[in-house]
Amino acid sequence: MLSLLWLIPALPAAGFVLLVLLNRRLGRAGAAWIGAGSVGLSMLAALLVCGSFIVSPPAGDACRQVLWTWMDVAGFTPAIGFYLDAVSVVWVLVITVVGFLIHLYSTEHMEHDEGFTRFFTYLNLFVFSMLVLVLADNLLLLYLGWEGVGLCSYLLIAFWQKDPQNVYSGRKAFIVTRVGDTALIAGLFLLLTQLGTLEIQPLLRAAEQTWAPDSTVAVVAALLILGGAVGKSAQVPLQTWLPDAMAGPSPVSALIHAATMVTAGVYLIARTTPLFELAGDARLAVALVGIVTLLIAGFSALVQHDLKRALAYSTISQIGYMILALGVSGWEAGVFHFGTHAFFKALLFLGAGVVIEALAGEHDIFKMGGLARKLPAVFVTFTVGAAALAALPFVTNGFYSKDLVISTTLGTADGNVWLYVGSILGAFVTTLYSFRLVWVVFFGEAHTEVTRRPRWRQTMPLWVLAVFSIITGFLWLPAWIGAFHPLEDFLDTALPPIEWTGRYAHFAESAGAAFVIILIVYGGIFLSYLLWVPWRRGTHAFAASPVVRPLAAFWLGGWGFDWLYERVFVRPVKWFAHWARHDLVDYVVDGIAWVNLAGWRTLSAGQTGRLRSYVAVAGFGVVLVLAVVVLR
Amino acid sequence: MILLWYILIPAVAAPLAWLAGRRSEVAARWIAVAGTAAPLALVAGQWIAAAGTLGETFAASGPGAAGLVAGSWIADLKTAWIESLGISFFLAADGLTLIMLLLTFALGLLAVLCSWRGITQRVGVFHLMVLWTVAGLAGVFLALDLFLFYFFFEMMLIPMYFLIAVWGHERRIYSAIKFFIFTQVSGLLMLVAIIALVFIHGRETGVYTFDFTQLLGTPMAASTAFLLMLGFFAAFAVKLPAWPLHTWLPDAHTDAPTAGSVLLAGVLIKIGAYGMLRFMVPLFPGAVAEFRTWALVLGVVGVIYGAVLAYAQSDMKRLVAYTSVSHMGFVLIGVFAWNELALQGVILQLVCHALSTGALFILVGGLQDRIHTRDLGKMGGLWQVAPRMGGTAMFFAMASLGLPGLGNFVAEFLILAGVWQVSEWAAVLGAVGLVFATVYALWMMQRAFQGEETHGLRFADLTKIETGIFASMIAALVLLGFWPQPLITTARQTVDGLQRMTAQSALAQPADPGEAAAAAAETETAGGDEGGAP
Repeated sequence: MLSLLWLIPALPAAGFVLLVLLNRRLGRAGAAWIGAGSVGLSMLAALLVCGSFIVSPPAGDACRQVLWTWMDVAGFTPAIGFYLDAVSVVWVLVITVVGFLIHLYSTEHMEHDEGFTRFFTYLNLFVFSMLVLVLADNLLLLYLGWEGVGLCSYLLIAFWQKDPQNVYSGRKAFIVTRVGDTALIAGLFLLLTQLGTLEIQPLLRAAEQTWAPDSTVAVVAALLILGGAVGKSAQVPLQTWLPDAMAGPSPVSALIHAATMVTAGVYLIARTTPLFELAGDARLAVALVGIVTLLIAGFSALVQHDLKRALAYSTISQIGYMILALGVSGWEAGVFHFGTHAFFKALLFLGAGVVIEALAGEHDIFKMGGLARKLPAVFVTFTVGAAALAALPFVTNGFYSKDLVISTTLGTADGNVWLYVGSILGAFVTTLYSFRLVWVVFFGEAHTEVTRRPRWRQTMPLWVLAVFSIITGFLWLPAWIGAFHPLEDFLDTALPPIEWTGRYAHFAESAGAAFVIILIVYGGIFLSYLLWVPWRRGTHAFAASPVVRPLAAFWLGGWGFDWLYERVFVRPVKWFAHWARHDLVDYVVDGIAWVNLAGWRTLSAGQTGRLRSYVAVAGFGVVLVLAVVVLR
Repeated sequence: MILLWYILIPAVAAPLAWLAGRRSEVAARWIAVAGTAAPLALVAGQWIAAAGTLGETFAASGPGAAGLVAGSWIADLKTAWIESLGISFFLAADGLTLIMLLLTFALGLLAVLCSWRGITQRVGVFHLMVLWTVAGLAGVFLALDLFLFYFFFEMMLIPMYFLIAVWGHERRIYSAIKFFIFTQVSGLLMLVAIIALVFIHGRETGVYTFDFTQLLGTPMAASTAFLLMLGFFAAFAVKLPAWPLHTWLPDAHTDAPTAGSVLLAGVLIKIGAYGMLRFMVPLFPGAVAEFRTWALVLGVVGVIYGAVLAYAQSDMKRLVAYTSVSHMGFVLIGVFAWNELALQGVILQLVCHALSTGALFILVGGLQDRIHTRDLGKMGGLWQVAPRMGGTAMFFAMASLGLPGLGNFVAEFLILAGVWQVSEWAAVLGAVGLVFATVYALWMMQRAFQGEETHGLRFADLTKIETGIFASMIAALVLLGFWPQPLITTARQTVDGLQRMTAQSALAQPADPGEAAAAAAETETAGGDEGGAP
């Protein structure tokens, strides 16, 4: 079964090629069948391969499949080859399952769009690139997938390209993530030069053998990788592109900007865990990025009016949790939160897509309202998603993963009280903004007519994702509930287990710590109910008060990052480009040409044809020469 | 003898095309197709036949002249020409030559094909000029006698001058003269350096010869070598072009007819890189090592400056021209890094840049034929009008910004990985250039193809010829992106030979990453094994 590994990325790639070649000859039905079908088959292949991997793990708990040698230069021989272990199994399953559900959803969501075939072309290319990213056995191939998903992200954000604003958002996403990619590729050069290979497993072994713990080179390498992760996963300071990325169609937001691509940074760090184990300073940087991001984005999510922007900030914030977990050596906790987040956030975005479609394109949550009775399926599933996002205790997957992440910030040797308090605060804010959406969108008065109701291809994925948003949490129960943790056992085959060696580890692992979180979550949900149901008018008045309004505006605009970057980076470059547009060097060249011409004009002006002036000049010259000779 | 045919076929087809053109334009076009396709087929055949031997490592041992003379040319041809001056008619081909010839004839063929509709004036003479340019280019890549090299180097300028001046666009005379003066002046500097080199060699050994293989390793003072190296560098840096000698390029590319731009960007500017690889560095390795830092600076400035200026342009063709300045900056830093990774990257970059930029020029040319403007401000939303054209433009824009999966990425990665071993900062700044590449590529796409179509433009999508041209170029770039090995293997012997020739100089350094790692491991263990044995 494992020999079918190559089929998993090859099927969507084949779908992409078919869609490009056949294009308009296909018609909508054909495009839908190829687009969704190729990913469906890829999902089946993934289930088969990963299933057999889980049931009967290969020797060494990993398998590698080399298709061909990519290039062979000076002893540098990266392969087009795939590597499957517990970490990539988790990602592959999420990508193909969520990916297929979203493709199915899209066949209905996009049915009247004129770019129907183009949409599935891009989407298939995305799934292919993402699978290459998580299956690559060397960092160069990973980088290929990494840039491929970036391209698809750009193409799909700018999908409705008639509106220049959408294209701008797409460009912004591509350029900002490429800034991070520059760090990543520099990291690749460093690793290749120092360790002589980019094949991930030998590279990590070589690093462990040759680099001393906390040596400068290890820290620099880890920080450069973090730079790449920060760009792709929309973490501070490169998070600014993700809210704008919501210009793309909702299925794109669900698949690329929530479930899969934006977690590539988490994958990359988890994949190169040994490097970060060698670099304590880099781990600290990772943790700081995580905690700062999750708080900043959480507060921003609290004040958004646009349903999808609120969810986007929430995504940034939740990825902050994953990154934070990685930074405190809770590697497996980060991966667990990725898995649960993929389901509930995809669910929320798909639900939002139905809502926006039903209200004829309305994005403002305060113009929605009262949708609970009109769109019951969406109401139920969206609420499940929001509850999982808020980490509603016991019944949602978000509770188990977030509880674990928060525990690790206190319980591991790298954890400390500040990170713990920060992540608790973040959890509280999360409950506020996630249930704010539920109260405002589904309760209260209806402000906009419902003009369209979803059919099965849209509701089915919602229900499936809702079920996943509940049951996947039970794969890893905390110790105080019971000893059931198959996911932990599985991840232990590829990642270092969480070591509860911190000062407060005993408390962090206990039911007491969980009780704190349970209290916070219920308190947050109750408060958000009060704020946005009975006290809503008062809340609006409070938000409009002169003291609070500037702060809310600051959060709404994403803490001024865009403002700053516009002035520090964008305008100077634009100004220079405009100023130099006729090529500064050419002024020098033109200057030389001008001097020659001026000389020619001067001399030819002397050619008057009058003998008198010639004689005068000659006489003057003779006098001058004589004067020089005599007076010398 | 086969080497002579590469020059003779296009050179003889040229007057035939002109004669035929007086009766029938189509006949002239078909003769031009034959005049480029036939040598293309010949090179391809020779390439396949030589595939077996190309993979082996460079046979001769030892650096300098002996190595190269005994080295395995795939084919060579040497007869006396002007014996009294030591000038011979010396042609030879190795892997690098084959790659350059493939490029020359393939792009020559594309240049003919893409002029099928666009050129309607003086069709016969036009093809005469194109074919003579191709013949001159083939001569440049084959010649190993420095005088003969200079002869072809200059000869090819003249037809190119007429291509720009007669069939060009708005400021064609200005651009043609600028192009001519830049290349001519710098070429003269090279001629001076060549003659000086010949005299120095003659005084030392008593043998006055222009034969490159004999001139290798001529003993001379370091300062003299540096001056002579600068003479060669001037000529090749103008051709490449390196910042700040690049300003002829945007003008020439913009005002040249499409075929001219394709040949200029695809092959002509590659002579700069080829000349550095083949002649300049082997002749003066010590001087090149001394000059390395400056060249890296020029290259990096070119990468970023070219990309920023590309972003600033509103003429689409000029934008594409500035991207060449940026991409050739990579070539310059790659050449001066002079290790196997970087050199293989450079050769790959020559091919991939020729394809991607050539395609963009053909695309802009096609667009101009349809809407009679190159002004990005007058475009916008063209994707709606011509979706296949939009998709094609998107593909080549991505190639331009170095998207992995396409050959350009492999080339740029190898170059920068090689440069990193010489100078981390140059590599990082080169990588930053790729961010600016993203900026201009996406900006071009937005202004031309995305957004709302407001100018009421209606025109036909890609024709069959265009679709064929672009499909073959796309296929080649994707193939090189996922399997560049055929080219790498072809160039391996050349690169290996170049490395050996300069092994004794300051240019040589631990280039092999494996060796570097071993060295790093040694220092690590020597410096107290803190981590302990695993």
